[in-house]
Amino acid sequence: MVHITKRKEMPVVQALAVRLGAILLALVVCGIVTTITTGLNPIDVYVTMIKGAFGTQRKIWILLQEIAILLCVALALTPAFRMKFWNLGGEGQILAGSLASAACMICLGDKIPNAALIALMLVTSVVAGAVWAGVPAAAKARWNTNETLFTLMMNYVATQLVAYFVIVWEVPKGSGNIGIINQATEAGWLPQIGSSKYLLNIVLVAILTVFMYLYLAYSKHGYEISVVGESASTARYVGIKVDRVIVRTLLLSGAVCGFAGFLLVAGTNHTLTTTIAGGRGFTAVMVAWLANFNPLVMVASSFLLVFMGQGAGEISTIYGLNHSFGDILTGIILFFIIGCEFFISYQVHFSKKEGGHDA
Amino acid sequence: MLDVVSFVPRAVAQSVPLLYGSTGEIITEKSGNLNLGIPGVMYVGGICGVIGSFLYERSLANPSDINALLGILIPVCCCLVGSLLMGLLYCFLTVTLRANQNVTGLAMTTFGVGFGNFFGGSLIKLTGAQVPSIALSATSNLFRRALPFASSLGWFGQVFLSYGFLAYIAFAVAFAASYVLENTRVGLQLRAVGEDPSTADAAGINITRYKYVATCLGCMIAGLGGLYYVMDYANGVWSNDAFGDRGWLALALVIFTIWRPKVSAIASILFGGLYILYVFIPSGPAVKELYKMLPYVVTIVVLVISSLRNKRENQPPESLGLPYFRENR
Repeated sequence: MVHITKRKEMPVVQALAVRLGAILLALVVCGIVTTITTGLNPIDVYVTMIKGAFGTQRKIWILLQEIAILLCVALALTPAFRMKFWNLGGEGQILAGSLASAACMICLGDKIPNAALIALMLVTSVVAGAVWAGVPAAAKARWNTNETLFTLMMNYVATQLVAYFVIVWEVPKGSGNIGIINQATEAGWLPQIGSSKYLLNIVLVAILTVFMYLYLAYSKHGYEISVVGESASTARYVGIKVDRVIVRTLLLSGAVCGFAGFLLVAGTNHTLTTTIAGGRGFTAVMVAWLANFNPLVMVASSFLLVFMGQGAGEISTIYGLNHSFGDILTGIILFFIIGCEFFISYQVHFSKKEGGHDA
Repeated sequence: MLDVVSFVPRAVAQSVPLLYGSTGEIITEKSGNLNLGIPGVMYVGGICGVIGSFLYERSLANPSDINALLGILIPVCCCLVGSLLMGLLYCFLTVTLRANQNVTGLAMTTFGVGFGNFFGGSLIKLTGAQVPSIALSATSNLFRRALPFASSLGWFGQVFLSYGFLAYIAFAVAFAASYVLENTRVGLQLRAVGEDPSTADAAGINITRYKYVATCLGCMIAGLGGLYYVMDYANGVWSNDAFGDRGWLALALVIFTIWRPKVSAIASILFGGLYILYVFIPSGPAVKELYKMLPYVVTIVVLVISSLRNKRENQPPESLGLPYFRENR
């Protein structure tokens, strides 16, 4: 019979080894799947993927930029997840932030000085993101409304709101696109530091990562979040105002998502589309979870997912396959990592005795 | 003025995928599994049906001499098998390996949508077929065949009888699921598993088996929604991402109906109507986008009201989203 017990705690090195093993196994399965579906040599495919991610300097910058934005969203979701508040509304909160930024750029583009404009964009997008997360949080705190479903629905409200404004602001009329905003004046564009236009975004997110790590690990707020996550009743008993912690944490969570939207609009894309968030609100859930909600480990997990995406993009271009092939490979790797967590938290005992406990 | 006779059939056509998705998800959620992979499962269901019938149609010399029985059975079976595999995967990860349901579900959606779009986009290249696009018109005609006397009964026929068989099955499945959940011993035990698994376990109910069966069955039902969309609604033409956000809308419908499949049968038509209302209301292109927001806003309102009233029978299953370990009490 099989008998399962919970482990005390697996040593970090061993846990890491299990995860690496799972990723290797996943890569082997991905290789087999690739060969079966496309008839390509899996080794070639992996070489192409690595070239796609690191091939040129430009590709490395794009890789770093993508990691930065994904990491930013994952950092945003983390405080909420640590509290066991499932904020699946990252997508909507990014969109709300992007919308606010774009609105400032379009409406105030040439009316106020550039520095004031950028400051205003930053504030409005952070507030917009915070509001988008704050509404479900308030409902959760006040009436215990299911937050998973509420935040999920808020994504689509945001998408349609953006779709509305895209048509209101479309240039030229009837194209369904806004196009690059303020292309001539570059009003509201984040300044370029150093050699790459992505550098500023990357530096900002790096600072944010350290801040979030310190906030969660060493601040009083971070401690309250962990207590509420462990047990809301314990938190109440020791005098933590759970409702306030929930709303405060979600305002922070949404604000950082809004900040990610700001980075996307002001830093890189300089436009607004309904797909500007690009599913990052959902991917970031997996990034945060894979890293066990540790902001520093998230750098690695967001690297993994972005690498898969960029690499698979290269495969589709070179071999003429559909771009979605990357999603399949990412899915397979995720399934393996999700599955391997079991072997980290639990121990399986096999005993020869017949009968006994039946699961 | 709203043209009811042309509005209702289109609303119903929109409602069927939502109804399949929500019925499947309700059954799943009643066992305590929050399967956020439903959008992915519906893609997989759709594309598996497409692959099946694509290969079958290609094996024929002339698409018009398609065997009606095989033409329907092959895609339906492929769809069911594909969605069943997705359900098994979800159960294996969340029930057997006790993984986090939200993360597993989202990974399944990533995988499923990618799977659908990849094979939808590459099927022709992979099989080396000499056709410009996937258009399964012969199969689609079988799925779309309306009841023979539909056209002779005027508005009545158009409103009630003009749909393909999968639409009627959707409603039948919803009512059957409702009956089983409310009036049978199996349904009672399933609800017990979702509400309080440790009590159910103590009462001798096999938690693992109930979770597996409910989730897999739910996935198979949801997969049919994807099949209906491709074969009936889209005339057998697969285009990537065309299915859109209907999977999430199906999840919204679950909340909207407060976990009741028979309410879902009517509410899905309401949702389908809200989904296409913008076509029938004269307005600018921008305002149309705001109309598309309606189903989600309505869902949020219902979600808040049902938590506000706090009636016990209107709540989500108590253990929804939580894994169950017997040793962890």
